[in-house]
Amino acid sequence: MAMMSSGGAFFLGFIVSTCTFYLFPMEAPLYKNLHKLDMLVPSMNNLKVENESLNWKVGGPALINLEHPHLKGKDSSVADDIYNKVRILCWVMTCPSNLEKKARHIKATWSRHCNTVIFMSSIDNPSFPTIGLNVTEGRDQLYWKTIRALHYLEQHHLNEADWFLKADDDTFVIVENLRWILANYTPEVPIYFGRRFRPFIRQGYMSGGAGYVLSKGALQRFVEGFRTNVCSHTSSVEDVALGQCMEKMGVQAGDSRDSLLRETFHPVVPEILLAGKFTRSLMYRIYCYYPTVEGPQCCSDLAVSFHYVSAELMYILEYYTHHLRAYGYQYRYNPRLPDNYTRLLAH
Amino acid sequence: MPHAPAERVHKMYSEGGSFMKGMLLGGIFCIVATLLSSFNFGHQQHTDHHNHHHVNAPSKEELLRLPEHKRIELSQNIRVYCVILVEPKDLAYWAAVRETWSKHCDKAEFYSSEEVKVFESVSVETKDPWIMLRKALKHAFDNAKDHKWYFIARPTTFAIIENLKYLLLNKDPDQPFYLGHMVKSGDLEFIELSGGIVLSSEALKRLVGVLGDSSKCPEQGRMIWKLPEDKELAVCLKYTGVFAENAEDTEGKDIFNAKSVNSLINEAMAQTPQEVAESCCSDVAVTFNGHSPNNMHVMMFGVYRLRPFGHKFHDSLVFLPPKDSDND
Repeated sequence: MAMMSSGGAFFLGFIVSTCTFYLFPMEAPLYKNLHKLDMLVPSMNNLKVENESLNWKVGGPALINLEHPHLKGKDSSVADDIYNKVRILCWVMTCPSNLEKKARHIKATWSRHCNTVIFMSSIDNPSFPTIGLNVTEGRDQLYWKTIRALHYLEQHHLNEADWFLKADDDTFVIVENLRWILANYTPEVPIYFGRRFRPFIRQGYMSGGAGYVLSKGALQRFVEGFRTNVCSHTSSVEDVALGQCMEKMGVQAGDSRDSLLRETFHPVVPEILLAGKFTRSLMYRIYCYYPTVEGPQCCSDLAVSFHYVSAELMYILEYYTHHLRAYGYQYRYNPRLPDNYTRLLAH
Repeated sequence: MPHAPAERVHKMYSEGGSFMKGMLLGGIFCIVATLLSSFNFGHQQHTDHHNHHHVNAPSKEELLRLPEHKRIELSQNIRVYCVILVEPKDLAYWAAVRETWSKHCDKAEFYSSEEVKVFESVSVETKDPWIMLRKALKHAFDNAKDHKWYFIARPTTFAIIENLKYLLLNKDPDQPFYLGHMVKSGDLEFIELSGGIVLSSEALKRLVGVLGDSSKCPEQGRMIWKLPEDKELAVCLKYTGVFAENAEDTEGKDIFNAKSVNSLINEAMAQTPQEVAESCCSDVAVTFNGHSPNNMHVMMFGVYRLRPFGHKFHDSLVFLPPKDSDND
């Protein structure tokens, strides 16, 4: 092997290194990374939604919303006013194995728009937080869970809210639209709303999965029903059994449709209602209390809920509802606040 | 003599050391050279008026600087001609596009590789994507000169035309604009067709001018292998002095997306789990790509109807819903 001088070796090393850099596209990843650095700075400024961890006050197992999410560029004065006059406590039916899979995404999306949210489970979990209702898990325990949950709310949270919304951990809710519907009613009156189904109960009952909301008066009647043995654990089919108790205790089954008589609570995902033939099925038509509508008028612009929503779809619906829009677009449907709203007091 | 091997080893080490020092210095030299060249690139962005590589939607302040009558005039006069390139195999997407976003174009024309009985279209009688694009753009230029802006898409794309108009509001169509989701491939910066391509009147005019020049913009493409049609377009436009620009909202987020909302949401769930819907995508996004026909109906509902009660936007522009439509 020929002996090279040190200088020659140095020079050779320099050339090899330079060639390596240009033969293999090292500069491309470098450029990309620089680009990413540029992107990092603007993304910090993108945090227009106020830091949500500062906005929750943890009241035991309840998350009390101090300042619901506000978005840049929106005039939210009406929403802010109605927030204080139509207070909604959301309780989410979940279980220990679903906390990370499902409940966590509800905590990060729509439940931030409630006045208070409580996650109901079978076991206490102070860090999530959830309440343990002293039941075992399983479909046959659903009505026990509901009974215990409603008793818990009546005992500990009755005066914190005007309305009490139940949702499953795969229900997506647009709480602002629920407030618009409920603004037409007085919370002391015993009434409840949801996706009204016809079978089994004369006045109908509300689908469990689509979510249902009880007035303060209705919650008090429910608890009283159990106290006086008018109501009891008649079956494990939670929504039908609750509907039975409601009817027995004189709680009215309300009509939650919008002013154009379009449904607001939905028992399935939007795709099925808007694009599928589901609404034509006999089963669906038998179950629905009101006449079914196929196509785009199946669903109100001011939709309140959807069911069987995956984690991914929770965020997609949050994006569609609260973020994505057509700039400058004048909506076809522009309902007012109901007359009764002027009689409601702020808290 | 006994010291010779030791000496040789020592010499080898010192040469090896020099070699390594040379490699190290070479490496540092290359990194510095790259950094410097990219900084120069960045610097250029501020000095050239039109040759910068991104455009932004107008800010509220910029819009309010225009008097109200001017803003109303602009909202009404800005006209977008949609060029949608379809093939018979795209029938389900084609149907969804017809029933959804294309109703918001001032004029939407479907350019099909062959005539299809079910839907009206302009047949360009070729399956070659680049020739299809050329013919469609030539037809658009010949038949729609009064529209100042041209939006090109495939039926797998969903577009929100109002947000496109918002982006274009303060831009002069007599300047050469070529906008969308920009991608850099080697030396070439081009707009991805899947995210939608926007051409101003001037850009289309220049393109049509060079289509006949087979040395610059031949039908069979300039390379031995076939380039995708969106790259061919970029090459031809480059010859006429028209360069691709990425479009962003006032916060720097891309408004043209070559991915679906699902895809972007999944990325955000992994990267920023505490603020997924806030950070995944722009509030005034213009395009998404890759949604199923059913999901396009959901997006139509999500964009034009679904919203939370009690919030108002005091937007500087007004766009009315189209006639004969009920899903928006």
